[in-house]
Amino acid sequence: MTLNQPTTLLAELTYRCPLHCPYCSNPLEMSRADAELSTEDWKRVFTQARNLGVLQLGLSGGEPLVRKDLEELVAHAREEGLYTTLVTSALGLTRPRAERLKAAGIDHIQISFQDTDTVNAERIAGVRSVKQKLEGAALVKALDLAFSVNVVLHRGNLDRLAEIIEMAAALGADRLELANTQYYGWASKNRHMLMPTREQVERSRPIAEAAIKRYKGKMQILYVLPDYYEQFPKPCYGGWGNVYILVTPEGRALPCHGATQISHLQFVNVREHALEWIWTQSPIFNAFRGNDWMQEPCRSCPRKDKDFGGCRCQAFALTGDATNTDPVCTLSPRHEIISGALTETTAPLEYVYREIATVESR
Amino acid sequence: MADGLPMSLSPAARPKLWRLARIGFDRVRQRPVLLYPEGAMFINDTGKAILELCDGTHTVAEISAQLSTRYAADVTTDVTEYLTTMFDRDLVQVADH
Repeated sequence: MTLNQPTTLLAELTYRCPLHCPYCSNPLEMSRADAELSTEDWKRVFTQARNLGVLQLGLSGGEPLVRKDLEELVAHAREEGLYTTLVTSALGLTRPRAERLKAAGIDHIQISFQDTDTVNAERIAGVRSVKQKLEGAALVKALDLAFSVNVVLHRGNLDRLAEIIEMAAALGADRLELANTQYYGWASKNRHMLMPTREQVERSRPIAEAAIKRYKGKMQILYVLPDYYEQFPKPCYGGWGNVYILVTPEGRALPCHGATQISHLQFVNVREHALEWIWTQSPIFNAFRGNDWMQEPCRSCPRKDKDFGGCRCQAFALTGDATNTDPVCTLSPRHEIISGALTETTAPLEYVYREIATVESR
Repeated sequence: MADGLPMSLSPAARPKLWRLARIGFDRVRQRPVLLYPEGAMFINDTGKAILELCDGTHTVAEISAQLSTRYAADVTTDVTEYLTTMFDRDLVQVADH
């Protein structure tokens, strides 16, 4: 097979975050600030990524605004020709910082909202945050920056989907991402509290579809379906090692969010290796490239080049073998794992909140 | 379009490049590229020329006329089809749609 050039780099600049959302995709064991990559490390990674063909850069976390060098990193990314999105909670987005980010050439700011109901939103975030988010959104609009709203959907807010869409429109969003929870990291731990009911999923889909049409040309709406309720798995990041690179705060390069869970993989760090070697040569990025690794039913499936057997990390997390079919697929012999999970929807909403462990594991 | 056959943009429509999209040049692949949130579309020089005229003031007819002159051929159909596709993909917007 010929090797693709990557198009997207997600830079998780830090795990530090003022929010404690129980659906966070960050790993359960997170490193502290002293383990984070330096400004120079990140600049080098951005340049290496651009030279490899990357065009899209997501600056994420944790909360990227806790990094004091964010503006410098944005300026460097823009200089390299990357389209740069800041993925933020908006906590810490003061006017001077927003102005500096604009001057540095940020292309697009994405602000997360948890719910339209303030009490519920702050119950999810684990902190008072709604007022600051609304101020952050107003600031982004006042500076005429390109602006997306992102809302992670789950059992506790899906019933307010219509209100959520109206809120984003009222905030003046150019774009709205409605992403049903993906069960990685903390979300996986909280799955039985987050999993929507079938009725909720069925009610919400037509609401989203109608809104996509209604807002066409005014606000672009992206609706990410809940994969547990789908017939076929998601084509995870366009296939393993095909277009996407994620770099964690301490410098691990990963092909997917959940890859740290696949314990037998040999992890590589951008402090020790150039991104080009990581992309082309490293065992981890080559582990599930192409389809030679596939087992049945994927191996002989006509959809294998369409969805790549689903997510390797989800297959590993749920079946213990990363070469298995993602059990989300109704053709998977282990699909009962998913059907079982869908019966969890009556658990009381007592979230396990995201936090950085006080004792660091090294 | 979800509802059946795509409708062509009218000659009087004034297309405008989506404000989240920008035209860049990819020095790695040595070609122009349209960049937007979570996406990138490689474009050729003709596509670039069309998109550069999508500033919300020129009509589809005016853009077609300008480029027909530049390329010494009637490109109205190509321009209309291209802009319709870009409109369907939300990369070009039309006022009062």
